[in-house]
Amino acid sequence: MTDRLSLPRRDFLRLGVLAGPASLVAACGWDGGSLLRPRLSAISRINDWVGEHIVLSSDRLAPTYPSTARSGVMPPYFISRTLPRLERPEEWTLHVGGMVRKPTRFTAVALGALPAVTYTVKHHCVEGWTAVASWTGVPLATVAALVEPASGARYLRFDSFDSGYSNGWDLKSAMHPQTILAYAFNDRPLMPDHGAPLRLYSPIKLGYKLTKYLTAVTFTDERPGGYWEDRGYPWLGGI
Amino acid sequence: MTGEAPRAPVRRHHLVVRVTHWLTAVLLAGMIGSGLQIYMAFPHFGEKGKVYALLNPFDSNQFSGFPEWSRLGGWLAGGLNWHFALAWPFVLTGLVYLAYMAVSGEWRSLLFRPRDVRPAVQMQLYYLRLRRDHPPQGKHNALQKAAYTSIVLLGGLAVLTGFAIYKPVQLGWLVSAFGGFELTRYWHFLSVWLFVAFTVVHVLLVLLVDPASLRAIVTGRYRGRFPSHD
Repeated sequence: MTDRLSLPRRDFLRLGVLAGPASLVAACGWDGGSLLRPRLSAISRINDWVGEHIVLSSDRLAPTYPSTARSGVMPPYFISRTLPRLERPEEWTLHVGGMVRKPTRFTAVALGALPAVTYTVKHHCVEGWTAVASWTGVPLATVAALVEPASGARYLRFDSFDSGYSNGWDLKSAMHPQTILAYAFNDRPLMPDHGAPLRLYSPIKLGYKLTKYLTAVTFTDERPGGYWEDRGYPWLGGI
Repeated sequence: MTGEAPRAPVRRHHLVVRVTHWLTAVLLAGMIGSGLQIYMAFPHFGEKGKVYALLNPFDSNQFSGFPEWSRLGGWLAGGLNWHFALAWPFVLTGLVYLAYMAVSGEWRSLLFRPRDVRPAVQMQLYYLRLRRDHPPQGKHNALQKAAYTSIVLLGGLAVLTGFAIYKPVQLGWLVSAFGGFELTRYWHFLSVWLFVAFTVVHVLLVLLVDPASLRAIVTGRYRGRFPSHD
């Protein structure tokens, strides 16, 4: 019995030595500080690479639902203090340029004349919630074919009139058949609360990658940042 | 057992087992801390506006949130970056452990098989004080085998549900296998509490029943009451 008393004490000490660093790491809602944060970002880049080059398929489609499966709720989201609205909607155009042979300004009428797709899909927010809704628009690949991107274009930058909200995308996700420039939501014209007159939509990316209130699409060979991406959110956001 | 001369230590845990054990402990703490941080962004299960009728005492309707000391990352993006960074070494550590089990043949003393059911019942009777003497055992008793087998399965569940909700479209087949995105997210969250419950019982049993095993998982040498017969 005697050594049963002395052994646990030593073992408790050992446990303490091991548990110390573990609890330090877990403590205090720590984001890694200036030392570890850059390293976490570097690993996030690796995850982006794996997500784009190994996990993402260019032709696997997200499941579609009947329109009866729509969720009752699809919360509006914008970063401006008030709902972003165009003062003169009739003057709005979408500029598609950058590394392309034929930079073009598309009017809403011109986009509406292009072959459209409608689908009912599940929206995934980075916060963890989902919502099913229907979207109608022009596949981005259709628009890209009209402007003829240069072979060196690897990324796309999406700009908006929502206080500088923007996103950077990889070409592979942008050319996915379900990635569209959407102008209708649940069978009705897109309203300002969901990004009117035009927003990016795709069921293969998280919601924060789907730029609303679009003004420009720019093909580029340099990886563009983005509003949330620059603040630390994963760049790819691919699901 | 009293009055016996102290036993000579026996070699119990290989270096690979000891290193993967403690790495898992630290990485799991990090995965849970960052996971709780991520959960706080939407502390419900189900679609937006359609909360599922699943048991969840941590729904924000009735729960104010996990305390800051239990979270890792500071905010959602920080939690995500920690979670997706630690996931690599967490999975890798588990695979190294399993590979060692397979190569060394040590899985034989750890895998719970049908023939362990009867000894497991006897062991449970002993713990409930319905049986006086400790049943004979090898390196591990049948209940330990059940615990160490199910914790590996739980690790597999946590990893698979985690990958499924990380890439729910690309891994759509996996999401379907777990019953859809919202349920998969629930199983992933449930695995946290099973890990926590396991750890509490695991540490309690070590301290109350066989404190010498704590020394063994650090130094590899065991000098306690249950020397190996395997």
